[in-house]
Amino acid sequence: MADNKNVRYLNPIAIDTKSERYCRFREKGFKYIDYKDADFLLMLVNEQGKILPRRLTGTSLKYQRRVGKAIKKARHLALLPYLADQLR
Amino acid sequence: MFRNRYETVFIITPVLSDEQTKEVVKKFKDLLKDTGANITHEENWGMRKLAYPIQKKSTGFYYLVEFDAEPSVILPFETEFRRDERIIRFLTTKMDKNHIEFAESRRDREADRREKPKQSTAEAQA
Repeated sequence: MADNKNVRYLNPIAIDTKSERYCRFREKGFKYIDYKDADFLLMLVNEQGKILPRRLTGTSLKYQRRVGKAIKKARHLALLPYLADQLR
Repeated sequence: MFRNRYETVFIITPVLSDEQTKEVVKKFKDLLKDTGANITHEENWGMRKLAYPIQKKSTGFYYLVEFDAEPSVILPFETEFRRDERIIRFLTTKMDKNHIEFAESRRDREADRREKPKQSTAEAQA
């Protein structure tokens, strides 16, 4: 029974791969996220046009909900694609 | 009566000629005025490429209208949008206080952007 002192992990644990741990919206004091501003929303969407999760962007829950709503409205108005092959 | 601020963006099919698109826009603005709404701001984004084809068309004529009206105005306004087949998509949103503040600040920025080029050309001539 290997004693657990020298338990070695198969791969090193990713402690802090993404350094962005602050919420950009709270830092800059965003009051409203506009659904008509497509090129700003493009920064919050990955290449396939999916909404980036909070763990990558580091945004707080309050602003992530507003971002989600704004992106869905922009998609309805064909400002953002529902799915795209390469967006950048 | 209690009035709310609304913002509507709608897309007109690109097949129409210029007068027809103007006429469609005029029709909806008059419909708003008749039901007692007053239009505070309008934006004409013109012909834009759609992110995905709607009804087999890949471009559309975008138009934005910002107005304040009684809530009872919205339902007939939207049914009129649905009935008119020249409109391929529309979205009406109620503006909360942050949205109104944002819209006003955007308008001031646009306003002074328009003034600025005038000054710079004036300086150029001076």
